[in-house]
This record gives sequence, C-alpha cells and structure tokens, in this order.
Amino acid sequence: MSGTMSVGAVREHPLPEGTEQPFPGLSTEKFAVWLFLASEVMFFAGLIVAYLTIRYSSPSWPVVSEVLNVPLVAANTFILIVSSVTMVLAFDRAERGEAQFRYFLLATAVLGTIFVTIQAVEWAELMGEGIHISTNLFGATFYTLTGFHGAHVSGGVIWVLIVTIKAFRGRYAKNPLGVELVGLYWHFVDVVWIILFTILYLI
Amino acid sequence: MATTDHKQRRPYLQVFAALTVLTAIEVGVAALAIDKTVQIVVLLALAAAKATLVALFFMHLRYDHHILAIIGGFPLLLVVIMIVILMADRVSSGQ
Repeated sequence: MSGTMSVGAVREHPLPEGTEQPFPGLSTEKFAVWLFLASEVMFFAGLIVAYLTIRYSSPSWPVVSEVLNVPLVAANTFILIVSSVTMVLAFDRAERGEAQFRYFLLATAVLGTIFVTIQAVEWAELMGEGIHISTNLFGATFYTLTGFHGAHVSGGVIWVLIVTIKAFRGRYAKNPLGVELVGLYWHFVDVVWIILFTILYLI
Repeated sequence: MATTDHKQRRPYLQVFAALTVLTAIEVGVAALAIDKTVQIVVLLALAAAKATLVALFFMHLRYDHHILAIIGGFPLLLVVIMIVILMADRVSSGQ
C-alpha cells in the first residue's frame, strides 16, 4: 500500500517537480476552505443587500421588535457564540494532543442543534401569527435569509458530527487539520449570524 | 503538523467575554429610543466589531498566513461598501 498514509498522519500533496510552494506553511486544504468561504461571503452578501434594498424601498415594513421574538433570538445568538467557543477550544485541545477535544466537538454539535431547534420554534411562532414566506416581502426576505443560514448551520452540524465520530475513532490525534477546517466553516456561519441578527432583528 | 504557530495560550475566553458583552450592548442599544440613524450606525459598528473578533481570533486570521486574510477580507470589504452605500442612500432619502 505504498502511497497511502496511516490515519492521523500528515497528508502531503507534493507539487510537480520544478515548482515551488506558493504559500509555505499553508496547507492546501485550508487554502481551499478559505476560497470556499470567500464565495460564501458573496452568497450571503447578495441576500443581505437584496434584503436591505427591498426593505428600504418598501412603503411599509413591520416593526420587527413587535413581530419577532428578539429576546429568544438574542439567547439563540448567545448559544451560537458559545458553540464557536467550544469549537475553537476543540481545535486548541486537539492541537495540544489532549483527548478532551472530542467532547468540545460534541458540545459544538449539540449547541448547533439547539440553535436550529430554537429557530424552528421561532418560525412556528411566526407562522402561527399568519406570516408565511408568501405573505408579504417581510416574510419572503425573513424566511429566505434565516432559512439559508439555518441550512448552513444544519450542514455544519452534520460536518461536526462526522468529525466527532472520526475523532472518537482515533482520528486527528496527530494531525488536527480536519478539526481546524470544520472550525473555520463553523465560525464563518457564526459571523454570518452576527450580521443577520443585527440586520434582521435589531435595526 | 501544527497548522498554526501555537506556542502561547490564545485569548479565546477573553474574546468570548467580549462577544457576550457586545451582544448585550447591542440588544440594549436596539431598545433605546434614540435617533434611528445613530442607532443603525452604532449597531452596525458593534456587529462589525464582533465579526472581526471571531475572524481574527477564532478563525486565526491574526496568526495565520496573511493571504487568508486577503482571501476572506476582500469580499468582506465589498460587502461593507455595498451596505454603507445602501445605508447612506437610506439616510439621504430621509426614510
């Protein structure tokens, strides 16, 4: 099995002979994840700018603090921030070779699941008040933005769970890159929510 | 392979405390009956501060190769420009 590497070993992607590593010390995988995140920035930028354009060109718009459950979502924002902390601690412990990183990963997945569940509760409340995606422009933009973000969190939870399962099977003990990559995505989703919370709920 | 230089403890818990305090301030500012334009500017600044803290410390842009900050930062700059122009338009049109 020449050419394959043991689980957890450093993966190398040798460049063709005669070429130089353009960014020494930077892994190809991390570079790729950042390029992906840059494309995600523009994806959410399009949605956010569309929301602002629609909102401020509409003759009327609901008073968000009356329609939306701001205290509940503020608590949910705090939960997502805590999940970012557990994620960064997972990478920190994995980098130090401490086995407890697996529990921080698990905590991140649990907190992410709680976030999505609370968002589902919020959606149910809003629909109970008769506001659906097709009700008006507020409903259309609100469900679109929170829906796409929630889908990203859900996808993130699945990715974190996969990494967690691999971690409990002994992966990442020598090379925590996989933990760092899922962490980058998770923090990005947190950053997007920080912006969405302000724009959708506070302004 | 250490993917980042990790010789010293990083201030993760201090950043967590800052994010919590800034979120509480945001909710407080949103509840204040102040000039709407001032309120929007302050809230956007607070959100930008929180996002920057996460990117610098949790996503390690402060410690990592600078090319990553350029990759992530450039589209972010475009987003900020778009939002600022939209908000300026809103203020100037008096809505």
